Amino acid sequence: MIHFDAVSWRFLKVWKRNLVTYQKIWKVSFITPLLEPMLFILAFGLGFSGMIEAVSYAGGRFSYTEFMAPALIAVAVMYNAFFETTYASFVRMYYQKTFDGMLATPLSLEEIIIAEIVWSATKATAAAAIMMTVLGLLGFVNFPQGLMILPAALLGGLAFGAVGLFFTGVTPSIEMFNLPIFLFITPMFLFSGTFFPVSNLPVWAQPLALAFPLHHLVELVRGFGLGANETAGIFSLIYLLAFSAVFTLAAMAAMRKRLIN
Amino acid sequence: MIMDPMENIIEVENLYKRFGTVTAVDGVSFSVAKGEFFGLLGPNGAGKTSTIRMLYGFSPPTAGSIRVFNIDIVEGWRTIKSRVGVCHQENTLDPDLTVVQNLLVFASYFSIPAAAARSRSAELLDFFALSHKKNAKVAELSGGMARRLILARALINRPEMLVLDEPTTGLDPQSRHQLWDKLEALKKSGLTVVITTHYMEEAAQLCDRLVIVDHGKILVDGSPEALIAAHAGRHVIEVEGPEERLRSFIAEKKVAHDDLGDRVILYTPEDATLNDTIRDQFCMNRCTFRNGTLEDVFLRLTGRELRE
Repeated sequence: MIHFDAVSWRFLKVWKRNLVTYQKIWKVSFITPLLEPMLFILAFGLGFSGMIEAVSYAGGRFSYTEFMAPALIAVAVMYNAFFETTYASFVRMYYQKTFDGMLATPLSLEEIIIAEIVWSATKATAAAAIMMTVLGLLGFVNFPQGLMILPAALLGGLAFGAVGLFFTGVTPSIEMFNLPIFLFITPMFLFSGTFFPVSNLPVWAQPLALAFPLHHLVELVRGFGLGANETAGIFSLIYLLAFSAVFTLAAMAAMRKRLIN
Repeated sequence: MIMDPMENIIEVENLYKRFGTVTAVDGVSFSVAKGEFFGLLGPNGAGKTSTIRMLYGFSPPTAGSIRVFNIDIVEGWRTIKSRVGVCHQENTLDPDLTVVQNLLVFASYFSIPAAAARSRSAELLDFFALSHKKNAKVAELSGGMARRLILARALINRPEMLVLDEPTTGLDPQSRHQLWDKLEALKKSGLTVVITTHYMEEAAQLCDRLVIVDHGKILVDGSPEALIAAHAGRHVIEVEGPEERLRSFIAEKKVAHDDLGDRVILYTPEDATLNDTIRDQFCMNRCTFRNGTLEDVFLRLTGRELRE
């Protein structure tokens, strides 16, 4: 059941609440996206590229670090958004009772949910912006079309934020997040065309990778950052939009059941 | 009392709340007049919190109707929520924010302009003696201070009705009395208040009228004094180590009582002779003569068995 009258721009007030609390810790939060890409590029560039001369991808040939760099941004978007709406949202919902407090105001549960998802996407986009800048300075992002990575990161953030909040709505306890991380996030991290092209997978496994939202985010980011991708951008765009919508609605249903009924 | 329905802040009719096969609220009807301090009493699991959550639009009724400010809660939930203040049972303060930020951020949820929110916050911190803790973290507050801040936060939108769910549970006597003083002051200002509590003394002192609920149904409705008069009487005698002849005596005289085995509680009518007879003949061990209280009413109506 969708409560359309319960959705308004008021969600921005909850988004702003998260921004206020984030201002206290943002300096720490920025270190990871700043250093992580450099570490990965260093490790793979030094240790790995000696073994792999070049990667054949989407009809072109790229150095291994060139191929991998855009995927690092997509992976960071996934982790930032998913961890925000799983662990952080669960703490707010379950331990801090923040949502209960908010529900005693004109806010609706639907607005709180939208705010949590949009907030996680905001955080993910901020991390993507920093990584994009770092990787751009290292010469791994083509500008100006590389700037399109930011809206792509926002969309990816919405997708992973939504699915994360859905898990928060159904998980019995905070420890149980290990399950979706092990069964969903980690396989995605490995098999979404992040470290090797999906076209390198056996034919039977390729459709599986195409079902991963991370694959579509990687493809979009690589398309903008590297200028090449295997999957049509419009297809990835539609897939991520639909994935975000479906899991936003699923999160609303799960949260309504958990908190209200 | 004849009440103009327009003057009723809350009108609840035939309200039900079911969770799966469990019926938490089982056909409840009551109304609360403007300016009234209304109590909702009952043992744990009686349906108090379920009722209150429906009153402020947190959870939808399974059946029945709720009108607050003469607005139906299903259609006008957002308007109602903007005019109500809620003080939760648990601490729902935002630990990521400071004391004053808790008020300011909460004010933003009500779309209160920033300047108004700042002056209102300062006023409330002053009223609840929290000004010196303005920039403290919520975790640094004592239990009493946290409660006061929750109450201050519930008043940030200048509500026309305040919902208090066990506002003094876990407080020390000093903090509790201080909170009562604040609630009395709010009552004088004409605010309508709905309160749930486990403290009968609190209900007797604060409430103009109350209902006792059990198993989702209302058992009685009235002012604390009227309920005490009707269900406990003015005189209560507790006899310890009662003898068998006391039991036959009270059976013969048809005295209302609760027999707890090693103690018998007598609810005696206005009858000096009867009371004197009991004092002279049956108080071999120890007798306590006292006035009837709301606690007597509560235990008589809901029983003495543990609920959890």
